[in-house]
Amino acid sequence: MTTTLTPRRPRPPAQPATLRARRLPAYAAPVIAVAALLLAAALVYGAGIGGPVLVVVVGALLYLAGLFVAANAVEGRRSARNRTWSALIHSAFVLAVLPLASVVWTLVSKGSERLDANFFGTSMNNIGARDANGGAYHAIVGTLQQVGIATLITVPLGVLCAIYIVEYGRGRFAFTIRFFVDVMTGIPSIVTGLFVLAFWVLIVSPWFNDGRPGFSGFAAALALSVLMLPTVVRSTEEMLRLVPAPLREGAYALGVPKWKTILRVVLPTALPGIVTGIMLAVARAAGETAPVLLVAGGGAAINFNPFENNQSSLALFVYQQAGEASKYSPARAWTAALTLVALVLVLTVAAKLLARRNRLGR
Amino acid sequence: MAKRIEATNVTAYYGGFKAIENINLTVEPKTVTALIGPSGCGKSTFLRSINRMHEVLPGARVEGSLTIDDQDVYDRDVDVTAVRRMIGMVFQRPNPFPTMSIFENVVAGLRLNGVRRKSILEEAAERALRSANLWDEVKDRLGKPGAGLSGGQQQRLCIARTIAVEPQVVLMDEPCSALDPISTLAIEDLMFQLKDKFTIIIVTHNMQQAARVSDRTAFFSIEKTGDPGRLIEYDNTQKIFSNPAQKKTEDYITGRFG
Amino acid sequence: MGDTPQRSAHAGTGGNPVATSHERPAGASARVAERPGNPGRPDGGLGGGGALPRARAFGAERAFRGLTLAAGTTVLVVIAAIAIFLVAKAVPALRANNESFWTFEGWFPNDDPPQFGIGALAFGTVLSSLLALLMAVPVALGIALYLSHYAPRRLGNTLGFLIDLLAAVPSVVFGLWGRDYFAQPVADLSAWLNRHFGWIPIFGDGPYGNSILLGSLVLAIMVLPIVTSLSREVFRQTPTANEEAALALGATRWEMIRTAVLPYGRPGVIAAVMLGLGRALGETIALALTLGSTYAISFNILASGGNSIAANIANRFAEANDTGRGALIASGLVLFAITLIVNITARAIIYRRREFTESAA
Repeated sequence: MTTTLTPRRPRPPAQPATLRARRLPAYAAPVIAVAALLLAAALVYGAGIGGPVLVVVVGALLYLAGLFVAANAVEGRRSARNRTWSALIHSAFVLAVLPLASVVWTLVSKGSERLDANFFGTSMNNIGARDANGGAYHAIVGTLQQVGIATLITVPLGVLCAIYIVEYGRGRFAFTIRFFVDVMTGIPSIVTGLFVLAFWVLIVSPWFNDGRPGFSGFAAALALSVLMLPTVVRSTEEMLRLVPAPLREGAYALGVPKWKTILRVVLPTALPGIVTGIMLAVARAAGETAPVLLVAGGGAAINFNPFENNQSSLALFVYQQAGEASKYSPARAWTAALTLVALVLVLTVAAKLLARRNRLGR
Repeated sequence: MAKRIEATNVTAYYGGFKAIENINLTVEPKTVTALIGPSGCGKSTFLRSINRMHEVLPGARVEGSLTIDDQDVYDRDVDVTAVRRMIGMVFQRPNPFPTMSIFENVVAGLRLNGVRRKSILEEAAERALRSANLWDEVKDRLGKPGAGLSGGQQQRLCIARTIAVEPQVVLMDEPCSALDPISTLAIEDLMFQLKDKFTIIIVTHNMQQAARVSDRTAFFSIEKTGDPGRLIEYDNTQKIFSNPAQKKTEDYITGRFG
Repeated sequence: MGDTPQRSAHAGTGGNPVATSHERPAGASARVAERPGNPGRPDGGLGGGGALPRARAFGAERAFRGLTLAAGTTVLVVIAAIAIFLVAKAVPALRANNESFWTFEGWFPNDDPPQFGIGALAFGTVLSSLLALLMAVPVALGIALYLSHYAPRRLGNTLGFLIDLLAAVPSVVFGLWGRDYFAQPVADLSAWLNRHFGWIPIFGDGPYGNSILLGSLVLAIMVLPIVTSLSREVFRQTPTANEEAALALGATRWEMIRTAVLPYGRPGVIAAVMLGLGRALGETIALALTLGSTYAISFNILASGGNSIAANIANRFAEANDTGRGALIASGLVLFAITLIVNITARAIIYRRREFTESAA
C-alpha cells in the first residue's frame, strides 16, 4: 500500500551507506589544543595585546574552532557539532568553577583568621577602631532569635495555608491564593524589609513605644517570615500533593473525619518533606541582610530581648564590618561570614539528607 | 531494505553482572523473529545489544560479534549513530517526544539526518503514518501534540517514527505490553504488513502473540536468578510451539515452568 | 515468568484474546449498576443504628477548616498590606519631591526641598541584572547539562550537591568577595577592554573600580549556582524513554539533548532563569558593596559608578530622615512593580507552554 504512493528511491535520505565512519584519531584533540595555545601565544605576544590570561582565552577559542574544522573535515558535520558542543559544555564547567572556588577559598582562608573563642564570646560593645578583638556574640544571638521567631510564625501559618490549598480550597479563591503565593515568592527581600519598616517600625510599634519608631529583632523576624512564608507554603503544598490518595480514602472509609485524617494521616506522611522545605527556608532567611538592616537597627551590644531596642544579626554584622574603616574589621567580617555560611550549610545539608530519606520523594 | 543479522558468542554485562552469555543466532531478512522466555532471561538485553542501545546504560558492555550483512556493529571504527539509523527500535512504553507535534515526531529522525525540505518531510511523514496504519486517524491533527493520542495510537506513532527513516531492521521490545487488546491487535496486524519491507525482531511475554506474528522463535532462559541468560532453542515458530526439541522449551510453553 | 500458563497450551491456535478479556469486566460493572437502593445496614456497633447523625454546625471539622482558610487568607492580606503600607509611606515623600520622580538623576530626599528621582536607579537595576543573566545563563545551562548528561553519574551527583550548597551561600559573602578580591582583576579587565575595544560605547573610559561590570559579574557568579541547580533538576527529569527514543533514531549525544532534553526542560529552564532574574533584580547587599553609587544614566559599564534601587536603599537608609525613608519606600515600590511584571510574564510563558508538557505525563 505504501509503495504505490511514491516510486521507491534507491536509498532513503536517512540511511547511511556503510556503518563505518572515519574518526579523528585519539591524539587529535591534544594536538589541536597545543597548536591552538601556541598560536594564541604567538598572536597575543606578537601583537602585544595582553598576558597569559588572554593567551588561555584565545587558545580556548582557537581550540574550539580547530576542533570543529578538523572534525567537520574528517567525521562530518553532525559529529563535529557533537564534539564542539561537548567541548563548550565542559568549558562552561571550568569557567564557572574558577570564581566559585575563589569565593570558597577566600571565605575559608580569611574566615579562619579570627576563628577564636574571643570572637564567639564577645560583642562589639566598646570596641574601637584600634581594637583587634571584638566578636559576633551579639550578632549570633540576634540571628538565632530572629530566625527562631520567624520560624514560629511562619510554620503554622504556612502549613495551614498549604492544607487549605490542597485539601479544602476549591475554585477561584484557592486559585487566587496559590497565585499570590507565587507572586510572594518573587518579592525581593528588601521590599519585605521596607514593608515591615512602614507597617511595624514606623506605624504600629510607636503606639507602645512612646511614639518612637521601634526597631527591634521582632521586626526583623516579621520581615523574615514574610520572606519564608511562600517557600514554606509551596514546599508543603508539593509534599501534601504527593501523599497517595488511597491513604486518605482508607481513613475516610473508616469514618475518620477529614480534619483528623489530615492531622493524623496526611501530615505525618508528608512530614519529612515538609521539614526539608522549612529548613531550606530557614537557611535562606538566616542569610538575609537587607531586611534586617532596615528594621532591626543593628547595634554593637548584646541584646537578649528581641522585642525592644536594636538587635544585630550575623549577616548584618558582616555588612557593617565590611563598611568599617578599621584594619581589623575585614578579618571580623570574614570570620562572621564563615560562621554564617557554616550555619546555613549545616541547615541545607541536613535538609538535603532528610529529603534523600524521604519515602514520598521522586 | 532488509538485512540478515548474525550473532556470534554475544555476551552482555551490566557492570559486573553477566546478563546474557554466548548467544548464537541468525535472523533472516524479511522475517519476524520472536524472542520469548521468562523475566530476567536477557531477551531485552540481547535485543538492545543488536542496535548498541545496551551500552547507553552506565557500566553496560557487550562482547562477541554481531554482524548486519557481514558488517560487525561492534567494530572499532563503526559509527554508533549509523548502526542505530540502520536498526530502528520500538520501546515497551510508547515514548513520543512530549514537546513535539505528531508531524514533528514522525519526522524527528529525518530532521536529525539533515533533511530540511518540507515537501520531502511531508511525503515521508505520510508514508510512515500510512505504513503504521495511523494516517486516517491523525491526518487532520498533525500539528497537535503527539502525547495527546491514546496509548495504542502513541505506540503506532512511535513505529511510524522508527520506520520513517526506513531502517533495515526494526527491533520491538515488548511493544504491546502497555496496550489494551484492541491496540495490540492493530499492532500485530501492522507487523504482518511491515515484514514485507523490514526484518523484525520482537521481544514478547505473550506466547500467543509470538505464535501469531513470528516466523521464527528463539527461547531464552536462565538456570536460576543471578545466572546469565542463554539461548535454549531457536527454530521455526510452528516447530517451537508444536514440537520443541528441548524439554525446557516445552515446559515453558506449556506453562509448567516460569 | 510465563503469564497465562493455562491458555498457553492453545497458543499455537492463535486465539483472539480481545473478546474474552473484555466480556467479564463489562458484565461485572453492569451488575453493580443494576442493584438498587442501599445495601442493608446492620444495627449497633460503631456505625450506630437508625437515622444517620446530622452534620454538626460547629464541630472540630469546621473549626479546622476555618483555621486553614484564615491562614490562606493571611497571604492575601499580607500582599495587600505590602501594597497599602508602601503606598501610604511613599505618597507624602513623592508629594514633597521637588523634581520629577521618573527623570531626575539624583537622590537628595533629606534636603529642603527634597529632590530625588528613580530613573538612574531603575536603569542600573535592570542593566546590571540583564548583564548578569546574559553572562550567567549560558554558563549555568552548560554546567547543568554537564552534570546531568556528560559527567559520570557519581561525579555529577557530588558536584550537583556542591552547587546546591553554593546556591545557599548568603549574598553578603559574594558581595564582600567581589569588593575585596574581585575588584582588582575586573579593573584590569576593564582597562584592557577599554584599550582594545574602546570604540564600543559600553567600554568607555575609566576610572575603573566599583562599576556596573563588577556588580553584574558578582551578580552573575551569585545567580549561577541558583540557575544551575534548578535547571539540572529539570534536565534530570527528562524521561529516559525519550532520551532512548532519540538515541535509537541515531542521534548523537548533542542531538539527543536537542531533541529530547532541551525541549522537555524549556518551561523549567525559563522558570529557573526568571527566578534568577528576580534574585538579581532584588539583590541588595552584593550590589551595595560592588556598585559605585552614582546617580547618572550611562551605558559605560566599565567606569566607576552604577547603582540599583535595592543597593541605594541599603546605602542611603542610615542617613534618611522621614522624607528620606518615604523616598526609599517609593523606590522600593517601583522595584516591587518591576519584579511583579517579571514574575507574571514568567508565569504566563510557562502557562502557555503547558499544553505540550502536561499532556506528556
